[in-house]
This record gives sequence, structure tokens and C-alpha cells, in this order.
Amino acid sequence: MAIIKLPECKVNQLKEICKSFNNDSGELINVLHKAQDVFGYLPAEVQEIVAKELNVSVAHVYGVVSFYSFFTMTPKGRYPISICMGTACYVRGAEKVLDEFRRELGVQVGESTPDGRHSLACLRCVGACGLAPVVMVGEKVYGRVAPEDVKGILAEYANL
Amino acid sequence: METVKFTIDKKTIEVEKGTTVLNAAKKAGIDIPSLCYFSLDGMKIENKPGGCRVCVVEVEGRRNLAPACATEVTDGMVVRTNSMRVLNARRTVLELILSDHPFDCLVCAKSGNCELQSLAHRMGVREIPYQGAQSTYRKDTSPSIIRDVDKCIMCRRCEMMCNDVQTVGALSAINRGFMAVVAPAFEMNLEKSPCTYCGQCVAVCPTGALTEVDHTRDVISALADPTKTVIVQTAPAVRAALGEEFGLEPGTLVTGKMVTALRELGFDYVFDTDFAADLTIMEEGTELLDRLSRYLNGDKSIKLPILTSCCPAWVNFFEHNFPELKDVPSTARSPQQMFGSIAKSYFAKKLGIDRKDLVVVSIMPCLAKKYECQRDEFKVDGNPDVDFSISTRELANLIKLANIDFNSLPDGDFDHPLGESTGAGVIFGTTGGVIEAAVRTAYELHTKKPLPKITFEELRGLEGLRSATIDFDGLKLNIGIAHGLGNARKLLEDVRDGKSQFHAIEIMACPGGCIGGGGQPLHHGDASILRARQKAIYQEDANKPIRKSHENPYIIKLYEEFLGKPLSEKSHHLLHTHYFDKSTQIIVE
Repeated sequence: MAIIKLPECKVNQLKEICKSFNNDSGELINVLHKAQDVFGYLPAEVQEIVAKELNVSVAHVYGVVSFYSFFTMTPKGRYPISICMGTACYVRGAEKVLDEFRRELGVQVGESTPDGRHSLACLRCVGACGLAPVVMVGEKVYGRVAPEDVKGILAEYANL
Repeated sequence: METVKFTIDKKTIEVEKGTTVLNAAKKAGIDIPSLCYFSLDGMKIENKPGGCRVCVVEVEGRRNLAPACATEVTDGMVVRTNSMRVLNARRTVLELILSDHPFDCLVCAKSGNCELQSLAHRMGVREIPYQGAQSTYRKDTSPSIIRDVDKCIMCRRCEMMCNDVQTVGALSAINRGFMAVVAPAFEMNLEKSPCTYCGQCVAVCPTGALTEVDHTRDVISALADPTKTVIVQTAPAVRAALGEEFGLEPGTLVTGKMVTALRELGFDYVFDTDFAADLTIMEEGTELLDRLSRYLNGDKSIKLPILTSCCPAWVNFFEHNFPELKDVPSTARSPQQMFGSIAKSYFAKKLGIDRKDLVVVSIMPCLAKKYECQRDEFKVDGNPDVDFSISTRELANLIKLANIDFNSLPDGDFDHPLGESTGAGVIFGTTGGVIEAAVRTAYELHTKKPLPKITFEELRGLEGLRSATIDFDGLKLNIGIAHGLGNARKLLEDVRDGKSQFHAIEIMACPGGCIGGGGQPLHHGDASILRARQKAIYQEDANKPIRKSHENPYIIKLYEEFLGKPLSEKSHHLLHTHYFDKSTQIIVE
């Protein structure tokens, strides 16, 4: 018997999200998107509750979560870092920028720093190809980023 | 019926509109190979993801090859199933499937019964031109089922059975691309999932990815131990299917040969689970009448309907999914466990031996029975009432291993006292059988009159959900029957919502009941095999001189000598059980 513990407000929030989609199992992906917006990630507990509310199996929910790379089961940092790997950014050296972030933070793509400040992710094109290569930290966009700029970007968040 | 005319390999035939090329080809005598496709005709069970592409055919005027399983025949269509283009594509597809498949056929549990192996043989594959990466997923062993997903070809049959047919939802395809596997949520082990061990995933798996936990070695060791008395019980559905493993026609009854084979294997006593099925009827039938009369007398604490409890996968199912209803099913243990309990108390005492020196082996059409006999509540001081449960398939392997020429064996008879059974015990092996057996006894106990007719045709059949009203001399008893857990779920939801009109419900987890159990010889999607087995079960019932459980002389004797009467304190202690809440609990903090 699995036991899941979640704070009441979070459970209610999740139930509200499911309800806003009429608890329709066909809306599973939309529900998961909303849930990830709220929680930052989709831990097993959240998936269990979504499954129960939409009346589908947890295995099915996990099947969807593990299929789409957008969904994550590891918590995002407070200031999530995304490096654009779209064609334009890639040819202008995004991979070197990514390597530098990896080295500076000591984490791999999809992971978070132990202090929970940053998480590292890749994305495909933010529609700012003129600024390639592009890095996003939270909602803030940094353009024409070179590997040497990485230290400076991270310093902006060091005391936050 | 609207029909369409089409041409396949130069033969022109007419078929019903909506027929797939694969099924239409069969009517034209053309056997297109397929792999992921699976169906049990007439039982609403079908898997056609069109994913493996083994069944591709050439359709004139169509640019690409079409999967025969998922392409409907249209008027005037011209199909080629054996052109060079088709044969080359089919071979390439198969070679790619084989490129990351383990090459351990020689020691694989499924060898000789594997659909991938048969296909490679049929296509004459002699080398694998593609050397793909090999998956190295961990093996997952549960009490009943072993998952070895390195052998999985992602046909999704198990997923279809687990989700669409059984609505258990233990298995789902997860991850993607090369990392994709079929697994429980969060890739936990089956044991931690809501799996009921019904074994229907094993029954449809084309390869060795899903197999049963094999206990034949344990049985051989027990038989070789001179300090142990080893006894065996055989479930009703086994005798109607075991012959298939030895090339006999489906539906051939092999009761007598099976008994002789078990004796030759060295079992000290060959007994019958059917005896315990009769005992189950005494307890469950009495419980039904007791609950019913108290309910009719206005006792508000009594809940109806009463649900049968012989099927261990069904018990697991409601413990996981309907824990709020756990006091609704009968408390009677399953026949396997009643047998074990009586064997290790009453019979051990008769022999004058300690229960630890008595080994009880059960032959079951079922994989959930392996889990059931390991449940703590069926142990006394750590010693299980039933030591090992092996499937019909495992028994066939044991017989072959012991050099026994099964088909030439003379018929033998079960030993006494735990081998005598009635026709009522036999029909436990098919859907509708338990409730018919219960009705035969409950009718006579309630009305104190002999049954006007012993058989209840209205309770028989293979429809997933059935119902009938039986007249108990003025008292109209509404009976519901479900087989397949998805069908059971529908009845359960009605019970939960207070909408159920039934007084009694029989539930079997597997399609067809035990005849279609997860431990039976593989039917490879041939539903006529299930029908033949069902017919054989009713034939065995008709052949029995006694066909009502309460008339079994050894059951009467057991109550006189040992138990007292049904639902006595001793019966409660030895023959009844209680259920647990195994659902996922969400605790709000």
C-alpha cells in the first residue's frame, strides 16, 4: 500500500486544475502542463493525484510524463536556466555555452544544483534567432552569449 | 450485410464491409504472418496497434505497403501478400526486430512456444545482418510473474490486456525510442504496483518477456525428499487443457491420465481441488443463505450482493481498487487454500504427521495462485497451507521431464478422502460455474426440496457480463456473472453506488474463467480453444454420478468428523479469511 503525503493546499490546487478540465482523461497532457506550471515539476505524488482525479492508471500518467521531454520529475531550480539548441543558436556555439554552464554549476542537463538555485535545460528556439545564441534564466533572455559570459550571468543570481 | 469484393493473390473474394485485409485473407485461405496483432474472437479482445509491420502487404495504387491488420478491405482493392517487395520488407522488419533481441533461445522459458521464434523460423532467417545495441533492463521478479523486458518487442498486447480488458492499469509503455519499455508506474517492480497477478499479460506475450515464476524445481526437490509426504491437488480447469500440451485436441478431458501421471511423478497422494470446491460451496452457499435471510428479515448490517471469492486475482483487484467494499465478498477462502488448510490439519492428523512434513502442491490454471499461497494469512507459524503452486504448463513440463509418455497412460482415480468430488466442483473451472454450483446447493438447503433440474443453462455462456433470475420456490434470486476484470469493475461500480440489483455475483478475473487462466497452455488468440475447454468442463460435470456439493459423501464425513457444520467456529478458523486495503492512500497534511 503506497502512502502519499502532500500539503492540503497543494492537493486542492491540483484538484482544481483537474476540475478546470472537467476531469476529462483526454485532457491529461493539458492537466500535466498546468500542474508543472504550478509545482515546477511532476513528482510521483502529483501524478498519483492526477491519475485518481482523471480516473486513469498511474502507469498511464507516468507513460505520458516519461514520453514527453517537456515534463520533468526533478524539481526545477528557483532560477531555471535554459539554453536554446535551435539551429541558429547551435551553429553559433550554443553547445560551448552549455558546456560552460555544466562546468560552472556541476550539474547535467535535467538536473538541479544542490542548493536548488538553478536547474539546467535545453530548449528548441525561443524565436529570438537574431540574438543567437540565446540563454534564458527564468523569464529573462540573454542574447549573443559567449562561454566567457557565463560566470557573469551566474553572478547576478549568486546572492538571490 | 454490406459486402465488398476484392482480389488477394489473384483470388477474388467477397467479405463483409469493414473486414481487415488480415482477416479477409484467412477467408481466402491465405495466412499472412503477424506479430503484434492479437484477438480473441467473440470476446471483444483485440490488439492492433499496427506497430510491428510484419503483416505488411502491397495494395495496388497505394504508394507504401499497408499493414494488413489495420487496413480495411475496399471494393475493387487488389492486394499482393507475397510479392518480392513485400517479402523483402517483411524480412527487413523482422531482422530489425531481432537486431536488439537477446540470442538466448536455447535457455529461454518461452522457447518452443515463442511467436517471434516461430516467425524467424517461418521466414527462414539464418543470420542477423544488423547488430543493434542490446537493452539491459533489470529483471523484475514478483511472486507470480517475471518481467524480462530485454525480450520485449513492444507489441503492446500486455498493455492492452492489463488496461483495456482487465482495467488493472499496472502496465504502460514508458519512455521513448530505444529506451521505451512496458513497465509499472515510475518503473517500480510489479510487486509494488496494482498488479493482480491475473497473468493475462503472460497469456498473450508473444515472447519470453513475461513468464511465470517456475516452481517445478521446488516440486522435484520435495518429491525427492524421503522425510516429506508430498500430496497434490489439481484444479478443475487443468484437466480440460493439459492434453493440449501433448498434442491432443483442445477440449480433450485427460483427468484419468493426469492422475496416473501425477502418481508416476511420485506424489504420495493424488487429490482433487474439486473436493475443496465442494467444500467452498458448503461454506459460501451457507453464507449466501445466511446473509440473504438476515437481509430479508430486515437486518440493516447485512450487505448484499454477496460476491464469490475463489479467484485470487479478483481478490487482489478489489483490495487494490475497491477497498471500501472489502466486507462484501464472501469470506470463504478459495478452493486451493481450503484444500491446503484441511490437508495440513485434518489429513495430516489422519496420517499422524506434523504439518511441516506434509508438502502440499497445487496444479493450477492460474498464476495468481502462486501469490495467494504465499499470503501470510494462509500460513501457520510460517508454514504455508499450500507449499507450491504450479501452472498447467509447468505440470506438462514436469511430465515431459520425467520421461512419461502421457498419451499412452492408463486412466487412474483420485485418492481418498480429499479426491472425491461432484460435478458442482468441476464446473468451478469455467465462468458461471461457481454460481451454478452454489445455486444447486443453496436451492436444496433453502427449499428443502430436490432440484427439478440440475443444470442452469441461463448461467452458462461466454458473454462477459451475464445475469439471470433463479426462482428459489417463490424467492426470486438475481444473479450476476462477470469474467474479465473490466467487466467485474462495471458490476463493482454499481455495487459501490448502491445501484446493484443482484443478490449474488460471481466474478472470475480471466476471460472465460479458469479455462482461460494465465497458467493454461497458450491459446495464441484462438477463442475456439476456450470454447472447447468450457464444453469439456460441462461434459465432466455431466459424467459425474453426484453433481451437488452437499451430497459429496466425503464432504459429509469431513463435517461429521472434524468441522461440525458450515460456518462453525472451526470452519471460520480454517476455511474463511479477511481482506486488506491495498489501495494508494493520499494523506493530506
